[in-house]
Amino acid sequence: MSHSVPHAPGYVDNGGPKIVTSRFEHGDSFTLDRYEATDGYQGLRRALDRTPAEVHDEVREATVLGRGGAGFPAGVKWGFMPPGKFPYYLVVNGDESEPGTYKDRLLMERDPHQLIEGCLITCYALGLAQCFLYVRGEMALAQERIAQALNDAYAEGYVGKNILGTDFSVDITLTWGAGAYIVGEETALIESLEGNRGMPRLKPPYFPAAIGLYGQPTIVNNVETLSNLPWLMMNGAEAYKQFGSEASPGTRMVAVSGHVKRPGVYEIEQGVTTFRDLFYGDDFCQGIREDNGLKMFVPGGGSAPWFFPEQLDVPLEGRVVSGEGSMLGSGAIIVMDETTDAVKAALRLVRFYARESCGKCTPCREGTTWEERVLQRILDGEGRPSDIDMLLDIADNISPGPYPVAADPNQGLAAVPFPPKQTTICPLGPSSVAPITSTIRRFRHEYEAKITKRDSIPVSAALMSSAPGNSEAG
Amino acid sequence: MSYFTPDNLAIADEIISRYPVAKSALIPLLHLAQEQEGWVTDAAMRQIAELTDTTPAEVKGTGSFYEMFKFHPVGKYMVNVCTNLSCQLLGGEELLAHAEKTLGVKAGGTTADGMFTIEDVECIAACTEAPCLQVNYRYRLRVTDEDFDDLIDDIRNSRADDIPEHGTLGRVRQHIPVDAMAGIVPPEQANVRPVWLARNDEPAPAGAAEGEEV
Ligand SMILES: Cc1cc2nc3c(=O)[nH]c(=O)nc-3n(C[C@H](O)[C@H](O)[C@H](O)COP(=O)(O)O)c2cc1C
Ligand code: SF4
Ligand code: FES
Repeated sequence: MSHSVPHAPGYVDNGGPKIVTSRFEHGDSFTLDRYEATDGYQGLRRALDRTPAEVHDEVREATVLGRGGAGFPAGVKWGFMPPGKFPYYLVVNGDESEPGTYKDRLLMERDPHQLIEGCLITCYALGLAQCFLYVRGEMALAQERIAQALNDAYAEGYVGKNILGTDFSVDITLTWGAGAYIVGEETALIESLEGNRGMPRLKPPYFPAAIGLYGQPTIVNNVETLSNLPWLMMNGAEAYKQFGSEASPGTRMVAVSGHVKRPGVYEIEQGVTTFRDLFYGDDFCQGIREDNGLKMFVPGGGSAPWFFPEQLDVPLEGRVVSGEGSMLGSGAIIVMDETTDAVKAALRLVRFYARESCGKCTPCREGTTWEERVLQRILDGEGRPSDIDMLLDIADNISPGPYPVAADPNQGLAAVPFPPKQTTICPLGPSSVAPITSTIRRFRHEYEAKITKRDSIPVSAALMSSAPGNSEAG
Repeated sequence: MSYFTPDNLAIADEIISRYPVAKSALIPLLHLAQEQEGWVTDAAMRQIAELTDTTPAEVKGTGSFYEMFKFHPVGKYMVNVCTNLSCQLLGGEELLAHAEKTLGVKAGGTTADGMFTIEDVECIAACTEAPCLQVNYRYRLRVTDEDFDDLIDDIRNSRADDIPEHGTLGRVRQHIPVDAMAGIVPPEQANVRPVWLARNDEPAPAGAAEGEEV
């Protein structure tokens, strides 16, 4: 029943419902011909037959949760646009670069018209003056496919002036980045689009709907979020809610990577599929490599606190996962088997945040590099016994208070606070904390084993005992 | 004197015309400069400043934030090996070490013949196909040491024709015929309500396509 699709590397058709990947089986899924032959631009036609307000209502009714990381319902976010402060803009977030995340690139390469149609539906519903489709710089093929799709769509009257002969007109501008993870954060994305260094803006305002591109009200949505809209317009909110759970209707794309037998990108039903189904199911990953034991997994992108075998039966649903102390984030699931070195794995993610910190605020700029250096020396066998507590202390300075991690049985059920507690401008700094707290709380002994191997203990013990008031007295 | 060739200058003008504010074209124009010469020169930045109503310092200030822009000559082929977690778990670091050995330079370095630059990069969104790399932003997936050596051999013998020289990204450009454009709305054109929103003011014309009688 399940099979991989050679022209869409990584994508596995698991035989489940398909809202956004329905055309992936076709080798020419990215062409206008194929798109038109498979209901393409029919959702737009349905939308244009209705008032913009009705289209917005349909999206609100369906509860289309954002797929970029925060899981905020699109219909609600759209409602934050201050009335009458025209022009409004749409910025599409195609900057996918969270470690482990692989889905938006497939959607852009394999079905660019679906994304374009989603953009048009959004612009129609909200009266947006222009759409900017921002694709990650490193994704040359996605840029190429979207450029071709836009050229074809303009030629056929789907985009531009008087779309399909109506009074609805909007331009879509393809734009692209140049290598900076932080530009995925929506206010940094806007800065980048204004021709600036991609540094996040101070909050509040929390949403660019208030002050966005060029100071105007702006909607920022993720590629996958918008790719749901053509299907939704065709089939309606009721049909959409037939899939998934009540709080998280529909499907979502997840990438499962790491130590599984069949890593892949799967479109799953939210709130129905569990992590166990995903890792061990025949239609999914088919088990851990070499039938090894599962040690831990990242449930939702590099920024998410880690999960352990106890969480295997948790369904992939934002609410439930955050109840367990983590998040589904960007749908990036990284599986690690029993042979994995917890310290080394944590270091690799922390190093990512240290490299990608934009440098605007001190706790993140200094804290992430400091964390990286300490973890590196522990891994190199140069660690000091005080390093473990120091790591937790640095973490606490970036993201104060108890951090909700599943690794800690005493607070496993604490919900992730929103907005998250942070001493920083954006959540990048706090993201570096998740791998550290997750691994220290669960595998402290692995840290200690690396440290006690060293004779640095007597050295620092000697230092302690020579502290004022401790030594000379006797 | 123009830094951009006449063809590229025309492309630059077209890119700028798609934004309400010229400065928004800054990153695409830096890419265009890099496409023309393989890296971004001072002359390029001076002209981009003129074209986007900014100063050369602003152009450099923005450009230097982004890792893809190179302000010194680099190899014709940029070999970017991913070592982030999903790839690390399946041999990304070993692949990088092999690449360094094969090419005889460390990550960040360029081979003496100017052909290859190696970089140790963060996640490139192909995590299920680890370990993976990009050469001039074209993917190679589940790469073994032998695959890597074959790839280098192919490039040296001009057999990797899906890979353009460094600087070229998408080989299809967006082009909007002037009469098909809806028209760019600059931010200062305040409070002009898009015409189709007027449909919200009346009861919906149940199911009828409004455009028909236009
Ligand atoms: C550090 C950081 C990186 C982010 N990277 C991305 C990204 O690459 N793609 C994305 O869609 N959202 C990313 N986000 C989330 C965006 O800020 C924003 O919430 C999202 O694009 C909104 O779209 P949605 O509501 O459709 O999910 C990132 C957020 C942070 C804090
Ligand atoms: S938290 Fe880090 S990435 Fe975010 S604004 Fe501060 S320095 Fe920049
Ligand atoms: S971790 Fe290597 S591609 Fe994502």
